[in-house]
Amino acid sequence: MTATSLTSTQGAGRTGDKVFSGAALAAGCLILAVLFGVALFLVVQAIPALTAPADKIQGGQGFFAYIWPIVIGTLIAAVIALVIATPVAIGVALFISHFAPRRLASGLGYVVDLLAAIPSVVYGAWGAAFLAKQISPAYGWLAENMGWLPIFQGPASTTGKTILTAGIVLAVMVLPIITSLSREIFLQTPKLHEEAALALGATRWEMIKMAVLPFGRPGIISAIMLGLGRALGETMAVALVLSSGALTASLIQSGNQTIAAEIALNFPEASGIKVSTLIAAGLVLFVITLAVNMIARWVITRHKEFSGAN
Amino acid sequence: MTSTLTPVRSKRSALTKGQLPKYAPYAVLAAALIVGAAILALIGFNAFGWGLVSALLFAIGLVSWSAMVEGSRRAKDKLATCLVVGSFLVALLPLVSVIWTVLVNGIPGLMDPGFLTTSMNGVTGAFDNKAVESGGPVMGGIYHAILGTVQITLLATVISVPVGLLTAIYLVEYGHDGRLAKAITFFVDVMTGIPSIVAGLFAAAFFFVVVGPGTKTGAVAAVALSVLMIPVVVRSSEEMLKIVPNELREAAYALGVRKWRTILKVVIPTAISGIASGVTLAIARVIGETAPILVTAGFATSINSNVFGGWMASLPTFIYTQILNPTSPSNPDPSSQRAWGAALVLIILVMVLNLVARLIARIFAPKTGR
Repeated sequence: MTATSLTSTQGAGRTGDKVFSGAALAAGCLILAVLFGVALFLVVQAIPALTAPADKIQGGQGFFAYIWPIVIGTLIAAVIALVIATPVAIGVALFISHFAPRRLASGLGYVVDLLAAIPSVVYGAWGAAFLAKQISPAYGWLAENMGWLPIFQGPASTTGKTILTAGIVLAVMVLPIITSLSREIFLQTPKLHEEAALALGATRWEMIKMAVLPFGRPGIISAIMLGLGRALGETMAVALVLSSGALTASLIQSGNQTIAAEIALNFPEASGIKVSTLIAAGLVLFVITLAVNMIARWVITRHKEFSGAN
Repeated sequence: MTSTLTPVRSKRSALTKGQLPKYAPYAVLAAALIVGAAILALIGFNAFGWGLVSALLFAIGLVSWSAMVEGSRRAKDKLATCLVVGSFLVALLPLVSVIWTVLVNGIPGLMDPGFLTTSMNGVTGAFDNKAVESGGPVMGGIYHAILGTVQITLLATVISVPVGLLTAIYLVEYGHDGRLAKAITFFVDVMTGIPSIVAGLFAAAFFFVVVGPGTKTGAVAAVALSVLMIPVVVRSSEEMLKIVPNELREAAYALGVRKWRTILKVVIPTAISGIASGVTLAIARVIGETAPILVTAGFATSINSNVFGGWMASLPTFIYTQILNPTSPSNPDPSSQRAWGAALVLIILVMVLNLVARLIARIFAPKTGR
């Protein structure tokens, strides 16, 4: 009797177990399916643009002539953002992990995280209404004094709505990402390495140069890569700040365009082949950011296995 | 006794010889501020320039003084400290500037009559022209946008939380670090990096294929936001489930409780505070997304309470369109006033969500120890 009652309750519980583990497995697989679906549906919708005759695409010279300048524009904006954000972000991360008083450190980290909480459209509005106006005199100065450099060739934009302004706004947006990741890595530095350096008479900066930075280098690289991924895909900051145009080498004239902003500006009113063209542009952006992110994640996981920090 | 000690105290100890006195940074700071003010007074005073010049003078002064007294190694250390602290202050500048700009420009927008309770339905450029010319109140409001944002975000949350939580449960309880679990972890990480506009294009392309070309509704936007939200929910829930002590699970198993009931009744209740705060943070992240909504839900000027039919407005797209395509092209000021008002509302919403997440994490945290 007892044996049967045991087996019967077990039967009911086993169904629950199966349903539950099945649901969990299905949810996990759904995520893989979604990522696969993103690629699949973008390809399906992009095919008409890739196979269309050249004169049907905007610009009349085929898809690659259309996508080429905006890919370069995207890269220019992202590179500006990283060049500005990386040194500042590493400085902030070091400040929070090694310089700030212990009790303040977590609060200050939260303040920097607030930068990440502000919506991108607000950054875009800020860049367009405030930063562009404030910074345009500096562009005039650059054009006058540094104009012999192709990137500062005049005449400078009087509105300040240039790719350099967009790059600065992007730098503000990627700063918290690079900061929080580098901070985590710096805090993982083995205490013994730091104390050994200090015990040998190193100053704080020498300790950081000898113990913290070499240990954190792979982490910093992957943090920069993740920031790059964000800067490549960011839409609103560029769409609102940049007055776009053809590809130009000068960073302080209006001109250039990025993929994400191109899509956002044109998709709402697009129809027919234009929709396909924009989705194909989105596919290109997806592939670029996917590659950047996968390399970054790969560096992080490889680092985890060898560092012994975890 | 005292007479022998006094001269020792007045002299500097041999240990601190060759070091800058304790007051050195303050003295240099004061000098830098005064000299900075003097320089700025010559070329036209402004607060930002004063701060910049003083900071530069402070760094140069402290480092060169240190180089003279303490030698090059300590001077380098001082220089590095100045740079690190300086970079933190530089990082604070945009934060302060953004919040200040939004407050200054947003509060007049918020004061418009009926700003929170009316939509833009029927508000044309003529109203804005009249408001500018005769100084009347700025008409129109953001009720439709708030409604749209709340509905789209709610639907996205309803989709993402079960999927994200179940995936996290799979990874922690069933995955056993197998090949599938590793693949899911890797691709969830990769998914965090999907540009938001690509997520929007995916949802648009998906519905174009399944429902029909040109389908733009709130539900499409919710799907796009879910793509962005699921990885965040998975990551935070996974972290929270991982820190549930194994003893709790083993105790439940020892009592003969089934695994699924253990997860539902023991593991999740223990981790619920962390999960809830993670979900709130995920909502805060997607509520400000503009690009995916722009390509999936279109923009509307009137109230639409049906997520599954018709174009829908949201706060971010409202800000975007009001700035880029003002209601009255000849007088863009009322439109930008509305945009900044909406931006203020959006920022308050995001900050409140962040705060709530922290409070949840703190108040409902499981009691450890007795």
